[in-house]
Amino acid sequence: MLWLLLLFIIPMFAMASLSLQTGSSLEGFQQTFRFANFTDAISANAEFVFRSLRNGAIVTVVALLLAYPVAYWIAFYGGRFKTVFLFVLLLPFFISFVIRTVAWSFILSDDGIVLGTLKSIGLLPDSYHVLGTTVAVIAGITYNLVPFTILPLYVSLEQIDPRLVEAAKDLYASRWQAFRKVVFPLSLPGVFAAVLLTSIPAIGDYVNAAVLGGFAPGTSMVGNVIQTEFLRNRDYPEGAALAFVLMALMVVGAVIYARLLGTERITEG
Amino acid sequence: MNHKQVPPVDHAWMRGALRRRMSRRDLFRYAGAGAGALSLSSILAACGVQGEGGTASGPTGGEEGSTQWWADRKADGPGDLVNFTNWPAYIDRDLSIDGPGSRPTLFAFTEETGIDVTYRADINSNEEFYAAIRPALESGQDTGHDIIVITNGQELTELIQLGFLIELDPELRPNFDAYCGQTFRDPAYDPGNRYTMAWQSGMTGIAYNTKFVDEQITSLEDMLNPKYAGHVGMLNNTNDAQTLAMIELGVNPETSTPDDWQLAADFLQRFNDTGVLRAWTDQAYLTGIENEDLWVTMAWSGDILNDKLYFPEYASFEFVIPDAGAAVWVDNGCIPNSAANPVGAMMVMDWYFQPQIAAMLTEWNAYVSPVPAGADIVQADAEAATGDDKVVLETIATHPAVFPTPEIESKLYNYRVLGGDEIEAWNDLFNPIFIS
Repeated sequence: MLWLLLLFIIPMFAMASLSLQTGSSLEGFQQTFRFANFTDAISANAEFVFRSLRNGAIVTVVALLLAYPVAYWIAFYGGRFKTVFLFVLLLPFFISFVIRTVAWSFILSDDGIVLGTLKSIGLLPDSYHVLGTTVAVIAGITYNLVPFTILPLYVSLEQIDPRLVEAAKDLYASRWQAFRKVVFPLSLPGVFAAVLLTSIPAIGDYVNAAVLGGFAPGTSMVGNVIQTEFLRNRDYPEGAALAFVLMALMVVGAVIYARLLGTERITEG
Repeated sequence: MNHKQVPPVDHAWMRGALRRRMSRRDLFRYAGAGAGALSLSSILAACGVQGEGGTASGPTGGEEGSTQWWADRKADGPGDLVNFTNWPAYIDRDLSIDGPGSRPTLFAFTEETGIDVTYRADINSNEEFYAAIRPALESGQDTGHDIIVITNGQELTELIQLGFLIELDPELRPNFDAYCGQTFRDPAYDPGNRYTMAWQSGMTGIAYNTKFVDEQITSLEDMLNPKYAGHVGMLNNTNDAQTLAMIELGVNPETSTPDDWQLAADFLQRFNDTGVLRAWTDQAYLTGIENEDLWVTMAWSGDILNDKLYFPEYASFEFVIPDAGAAVWVDNGCIPNSAANPVGAMMVMDWYFQPQIAAMLTEWNAYVSPVPAGADIVQADAEAATGDDKVVLETIATHPAVFPTPEIESKLYNYRVLGGDEIEAWNDLFNPIFIS
C-alpha cells in the first residue's frame, strides 16, 4: 500500500497538479487551476494522438499475426525444448531496448549493410530510405513488442488439453475446424491479454518514433510531443496535460475493450 | 608535443575509435525510457518550479561565487579531478594514441597540474542538456559537471538569470585576461564575463556531400530541391534554422520583428510540407551525413571541416556559408552551481586561452578560436608542415570559416536576443514546426 502511494499516487498527484499550472521555465510555474491546459493540449496535438492510435492498432494486428503461429508452435510442438524456445525468445531482453533500436537504425541506415548492399547491386534507387518513415517506426515498435504478444498467447495455448483437439477430430472436425472451434476460442484470454500488453506500450512509444522515425515530418507520435515538452521546451504543464489525456484515452479504451470482450472470460481463463 | 598526427590509414579502426556519435545521444536522451518514460524526479522537481525572474544579483557574503567563497575554495586547492562536459567533435584528438594521451591539450593540462580531467562529449543540444540538468540545479544538487559548454541564447540567459551558474573568480583566469580576443570579452549576454568564458565560436551554414549533390548549394532554398527528397536535414533548436531563414529572407535577425519571425516560420514550414525533409535534428546531423542518410544539411562549420580534413572517407563533404550569410555563435564554458571542483574548472577553462593550446585546438576542430594570438601559431605550423599535414593545416589556416575575411564577416549575423516577453511568442511560433 505504501508502495502504491509512493510510486503511483504521489507522482500522479504531482503530475495532475503540474498539468493545471501556468508560467514559464524562466519565471516559474504557479498553480492556477487552468483547465484550459487540457483543451489546449488536445487541440494542438490531435494529429499526434490519432497517429499514435493508428500506429498502435497496426502494431497490435501485425504483432498478433506474427506471434500466434510462434506461440502455437512452441505450445504444441515445442516438446521438451519449450523452455529453451521461450528463453531464446527473451534473449534480446538482455540488451537494453534503446540499444537494440539504435542498432536497427544502423542496420537500416541508407548506406548500411542492408540498403547499401541492395543499392550497390542496383536493386534499389540511391534515394530509397527506410529510416525516417512511418514503416520504420511501426516495424520497430512491432519488433520490440512481439515477445510481449507471444508470451500471454503461449500461456493460454499451453494450457489447452491436446485431448480436446483429438476429441474434435474424432467428431470429424478438420484441422482448421478444430482450430477455429476449439483451440482459438480457448486461447481468447491470451489474445485479450496480448492485445493489451502490445497496444498500450505501442501507443505510448516514443523511442522507436525518435530513433527510427528521426523526427521526420509525419512520423512523430504523441509520446515524442510529451517528451519534447518536458525534456526540451520545458513546458511542463502542457506536457503533463497531454500525458493525462493520453492516459485517460488508454484507460477508457481498455475498459471498453474489457467490457466488450467480457472480463469473466479472463477470470475463467 | 606531437599534436599534428596524420590519421593512420586504417579507417575502420579510426571509425571505431571515434564512434563518439553512435549511441551517446540516444542513450542520453532516452535513458530510463524502459523504466517508465519520464523520470519521476524531473516531474516532481518540476512540480515546485519557482523561477526567480529578473536579473541575477551577485552573490554576497559566503555564498557560492562570492569573493569569500572563492578564497575558501582556493585555500582548499583544486581537487584532483575535473568533470568537463562538452559537445562532440570539439576537442583535439591524437588518433595514433589510445587512452588519456589521445586528447593532447587535456593531457598536457594533466601533466602540468596533476589534475585529471574526465572529458565527456555529452551535449548534443542546449535545450535538452539544460532540461536534463535543470532538476538538479533547481534542487541545489551537484549536476556532476564541473564545466559545461552552452551556446549564447535562451538557455544560457536562463541559466544566468536563475542563478544556476557560479560567478567566476577574476583572479583565476590570467590567460583569459592576457589573450582573449576583444570580440569575446564582455559579451552582451554576459557583461564582464561574470559567468562565462568562451570555448569556441563557429558558424551555422550548410553542409553537403558531393557524392550525392552535384550542384553548388548556396541557400536554404537550394535544399528544397526535390532531388534530395528524404535526405535533407535541418537543425532543430531555438536559433539556428530561424536565424538562417531570416537571413535568407533579407531580414537582419538581430533587429527582426515578430512579423519577420512569421515569415521565417512560413519559410521553414515548407520543409515539412514539401516532403524533402528527412529530419529536424540536433548534433545527430553529423552522424546523419556520415552515414549518408543526409546528403545536404544545416551544419556547424568546424564539425564538417574536421571530418573533411582528417577523415579520408568524408573528403567529399563541403561546408558553405550561404550567399545571404550565416549565423555566428559563441559556445561558452561555465560552471554550474554546486560543482565539485570549481577551482579546477577555472584552471581548465583558462588553460585553453594560452595561444599554443588554442592553436592546437584550432588545428584539429577548425572552429573560430577566441584567442587571436593562436592564429600566428597556426600560420607558422602550416608553413613548417610537410606532406599531408601541410595540406590540412594550410586549409585550416586559410579557411574563411576558421579565420573569417572581412567580406565573410560582413555576412555573419548574431542570434536575435529575445526579451523576457518575446520568448513565448518565439517558441510558440517555431517549436511546433520542429515536430510534425
